[in-house]
Amino acid sequence: MNPMIDPQLNIWHWHIPLYLFLGGLAAGILFFAALYTIQGKEKLYPAAVKRAPFITPFILVIGLLALLLDLNNKPYFWQLYTTLRLESPMSWGAWTLMVVTPISFIWCALNIREIFPSFDWKYRWIKRLESFFTKYKIAMSWVLLIFSVILGIYTGILFSAFNARPLWNTSILGPLFLASGLSTGAAYIMLVSRSHAERVMFSKIDIVLIGIELFLIIHMFMGFLASTQVQIDAAGLFLGGPYTVVFWVFVVFLGMVLPAILEVLELNKFRVPVLIPGLLVLFGGLMFRFVIAYAGQASRWLY
Amino acid sequence: MKSRREFIKISALGLGGFALAGGAGMALRTALNQGMPGAAELTPDLTRTPTYCEVCFWRCAGWVYKDEQGRLWKITGNDDDPLCHGRLCPRGTGGVGMYYDEDRLRTPLMRTMENGKQTYREASWEEALDFIARRLKEIAAEHGPECIALFTHGSGGEYFSTLLQAMGSTSVAAPSYSQCRGPREVAFITTYGQGLESPEITDIRDTRCLVLIGSHLGENMHNTQVQEMSDALAKGATIITVDPRFSVVAGKSKYWLPIKPATDLALLLAWIHVIIEEELYDKEYVERHTYGFEQLRTHVRSFTPEWAYGITTIEPATTRRTAREMAAASPAVIIHPGRHVTWYGDDTQRLRAVAILNALLGSWGRRGGFYMPDRVQVPQYPRPPFPEPARTWREAFPDRYPLADLALASGICEASIPGATPECNFKAWIVNGTNLLMTLPDQEQTKEALRSLDLVVVVDTMPAEITGWADVVLPECTYLERYDIIRNSPARNPNIALRAPATGPLYNTKPAYWMAKELAVRMGLGDYFAWESIEEMLDWQFKELGTSLEEMMRTGVKNYPRNFDDIYFADGRDIEFFTNTGKIELWSTTMEAAGFDPLPVYTPHEEPSEGYYRLNYGRAPMHTFARTANNPNLADLMEENDLWVNPVVAGLWGLKTGDYVRLQNQDGIVSTFSIKVRVTERIRWDSVYMVHGFGHADRRLGRAYGRGINDTELMSRVHYDPIMGGTGMRGNFVTFILDDTGKEARS
Amino acid sequence: MRYAMVIDTKKCVGCSDCVVACQTENKVPIGYARDWVVEVTTGTYPHLQMEIRSERCNQCENAPCVRCCPTGSSHYSTGGIVLVKPRRCIGCGACITSCPYDARFPHPKGHVDKCTFCDHRIKEGNQPACVEVCPTRCMYFGNLDDPGSEVSKLLRQRRYKTLIPEAGTKPHLYFLT
Repeated sequence: MNPMIDPQLNIWHWHIPLYLFLGGLAAGILFFAALYTIQGKEKLYPAAVKRAPFITPFILVIGLLALLLDLNNKPYFWQLYTTLRLESPMSWGAWTLMVVTPISFIWCALNIREIFPSFDWKYRWIKRLESFFTKYKIAMSWVLLIFSVILGIYTGILFSAFNARPLWNTSILGPLFLASGLSTGAAYIMLVSRSHAERVMFSKIDIVLIGIELFLIIHMFMGFLASTQVQIDAAGLFLGGPYTVVFWVFVVFLGMVLPAILEVLELNKFRVPVLIPGLLVLFGGLMFRFVIAYAGQASRWLY
Repeated sequence: MKSRREFIKISALGLGGFALAGGAGMALRTALNQGMPGAAELTPDLTRTPTYCEVCFWRCAGWVYKDEQGRLWKITGNDDDPLCHGRLCPRGTGGVGMYYDEDRLRTPLMRTMENGKQTYREASWEEALDFIARRLKEIAAEHGPECIALFTHGSGGEYFSTLLQAMGSTSVAAPSYSQCRGPREVAFITTYGQGLESPEITDIRDTRCLVLIGSHLGENMHNTQVQEMSDALAKGATIITVDPRFSVVAGKSKYWLPIKPATDLALLLAWIHVIIEEELYDKEYVERHTYGFEQLRTHVRSFTPEWAYGITTIEPATTRRTAREMAAASPAVIIHPGRHVTWYGDDTQRLRAVAILNALLGSWGRRGGFYMPDRVQVPQYPRPPFPEPARTWREAFPDRYPLADLALASGICEASIPGATPECNFKAWIVNGTNLLMTLPDQEQTKEALRSLDLVVVVDTMPAEITGWADVVLPECTYLERYDIIRNSPARNPNIALRAPATGPLYNTKPAYWMAKELAVRMGLGDYFAWESIEEMLDWQFKELGTSLEEMMRTGVKNYPRNFDDIYFADGRDIEFFTNTGKIELWSTTMEAAGFDPLPVYTPHEEPSEGYYRLNYGRAPMHTFARTANNPNLADLMEENDLWVNPVVAGLWGLKTGDYVRLQNQDGIVSTFSIKVRVTERIRWDSVYMVHGFGHADRRLGRAYGRGINDTELMSRVHYDPIMGGTGMRGNFVTFILDDTGKEARS
Repeated sequence: MRYAMVIDTKKCVGCSDCVVACQTENKVPIGYARDWVVEVTTGTYPHLQMEIRSERCNQCENAPCVRCCPTGSSHYSTGGIVLVKPRRCIGCGACITSCPYDARFPHPKGHVDKCTFCDHRIKEGNQPACVEVCPTRCMYFGNLDDPGSEVSKLLRQRRYKTLIPEAGTKPHLYFLT
């Protein structure tokens, strides 16, 4: 009957999971940048505060482009910003991005000399702006800290607000996607860090975050299995159903358990190239969004 | 030696005109998908136009609406129409799709030789009509006009029928007779002296018990009947459904009798037995109106429900309970005679049992049973009398089918093959609105006949298998683009309806009345079509009927009071029936005189051998025969037929819902295409079921080509009814071929 | 005023007339549908039961599609009918995803489309096209707040069900069983 609706919902393709992954990654990176700025540890964690955030404007824009591509009525895109509807995660998520994205640009601008030491803004008014933001850097970090958490949670709530898709309809998805976003953020910082101490720190953070993720995943399944038939069926998609292998092998093992083991080994003085666990976590985070997005559309009410 | 006619495939088409047409088709298709039909330029016109539907033979009256842009928008029912009460069925509602179908025939086509191959070329109307008129005259001169036959299943057939009769031929056949309702008509005429007509005179609205035997009302959308059945259900009527398949109406029935296929007559005889033995029959009615009751009583004495149980698998207690339920509702009970009843070759006898059962329960001529219809006598526009034909269709098959009261489509087809009776051979066919290849069983015989004919003219709106066999294809405009004969349906009250064009014809298409008149003029028979314009003729007829074309354009339908208050038999009054005895003949004198059993006798029919399943077929509410599969709106509701398979059988063959299989019948014939399996509990394990009318093999049908299976091609075994020539089609058995090469054949 | 539709599954034969009537009335493009027919058979041959339902948007009183719409395109109209303003719709698909009945679809023009209860016909005092065409007269349309309306009467007299009431959507499509 209706294409993309029957026989099974298939309205969201690669755009939405990519958008959510990039949003989560940016949220994770910016969270740590803001946190350590507030704590005054910029010197201690230069990658987290200065180097890593340089990617965030790009991935946020790519994410927004993916969202735009997903829209069926693209010319009316601007209607998103004519109203704020708190009941609609899509709406407040779009507004959150409207806050986070400009800050990410400013953040990069303030740190541009980290990359190009001889950079000059040329115009005086820009220089004045620069000094204005530098002056209120801590205040801006607080705003960023709060909005990056909102952004991280939003990537999960966008799904969990849909009661129609039993797999998504669990409030654990918000914290779980936040943890996943922070974990990918930490992994990215590890990748770009040049300081051993910083890498060790983010390795530890990442291990804790992966632990939290696994804990939340177990809880999610416990919740499903103790719930109604439709949620039992939803869990079944991962417990013997079509998404079993991709979820347990790619997301849980390769994306969480294996990098955690590698990081523990590294902390215990085994030589593991930092690239491997970092990329695995990023890959796992991406797969996680894809699996949840597709499996969720396959889960439905019975009637 | 004359070159034999070949079937022309699209790949053999000659001129580039088709490529152009294809391009336009694509544009139209795109427009359809935008929800904006981008048809020819039309002037804005918000008025509604009266019509009656041509998507099936029921012919409900309706209104055609246009939108602000002047394009055909929608069709709704006419509230004053006693057939539809303002509510068309899905096919009538989707009738706009016939107009917008981009695969329509667009211009006359003529068979020609090109590089040693037969092909079609586009022709002007002048050329095509000149050719046909010349050939018809030549054939009539050489073999006699009786050698020209008309097959028709549409309103336009009326005009070609006039043309044929003007030439001196009475061979006008509709497949609705020998492939459909013929046995029923003969059975009721021999019993009551009167047939059931179309629409049937069943008083379902007021019935208290409706018995359906193999009739899947609701899946066949005989509009009035479906509407009245729904009313009856709401009023608490009992429905008893006898069907090996759990049909939709079986799901709404108080009793569903899942009978073993081909054993219905045994059940009917057992019911008659119970009703007589338990003295449940309407004694006064039987006494007053019927003939041969004692012979019947003796005849059915041994046909106990226990006897029938061994044949039908229906438990005796159920047989008795349902018989009592019918009797309790008597006379407001209908043992429905069905419509498509050409099943096993003894169909007239089975329908005789149905007629007898109704007579015993006193339902004929009684409220809630069968009413006596009334209709208008539409005056004929003045024309000369028809010449007396030297031969009639009957002589084409002497000594056979003595009780056939209408020409047999299958009989004419058989008689077109040279050999049997050379002096009675048919030489030319005009085929209007019926795709004979998908209508007549035994396709090989049909093809053999088509190859042998001197002239084949096909008049239709759509390309189809039959158009590939034509010498000349005449593209008819759809019913939404033309005037037609006055509809005059038998009903509780006399009524008439007008069909007027809502828009001019698309492409180079023409109405049938125009074609017939043009041919008649060319053949010197113009006097039979003496009217200047169709409007003039209709207005003349309407004025004779106390109205006018102008009034009918506003009302669409006109209802008249009955001439007499005789819709039901008056109590205590004798009735003269049009039978030999003047009574309802339980024991049929006509049958006896013709050498047939005067009382129905059960004979067993062949059963499927191991690994084979009886091929059952039926209808879907959104399609009519094989003629709507390409209609964009209706194909959207159902684009292919599926094969119903019981889960036990599916398990045996490893079939799942959604698998594609091909079928092979008992004679080794393999279906051209494959069909999607639907595993369902709704069917028995000894049969499979599909909806008729799919599996089109003509590539010009863009949507329908290669979708599903054409059940007709698997009906190589035909059980002819010796009484009236009906073609029993349910004695064919199929087995599965588990590959999907047929599926690939589509692409 | 609360508009509702009552559908008698005992009368419905599943002919799909409602689907094609909606398609022509509302110019729903070929290949798309605002309403559809569901047949559910339970049991084992020959002990079977069948229910046939003509389904469409449930015009929920607590509509998840309205809640999740980021622009306010999906909204409640007169009588609680849930409508889409095509010019405010960005086609994000959130409402499609949010509907437990899968009643919405992306229109090829870009916006999301769904059953409107034929509000353009209601305004003129007519019934929705599907109700008016049904050959079995199995569909009824009316105001739940009017105790004298046919829908109110039927819901007092007959057994009925709604679809997925546990989803908390408060649907306004009632099926007589």
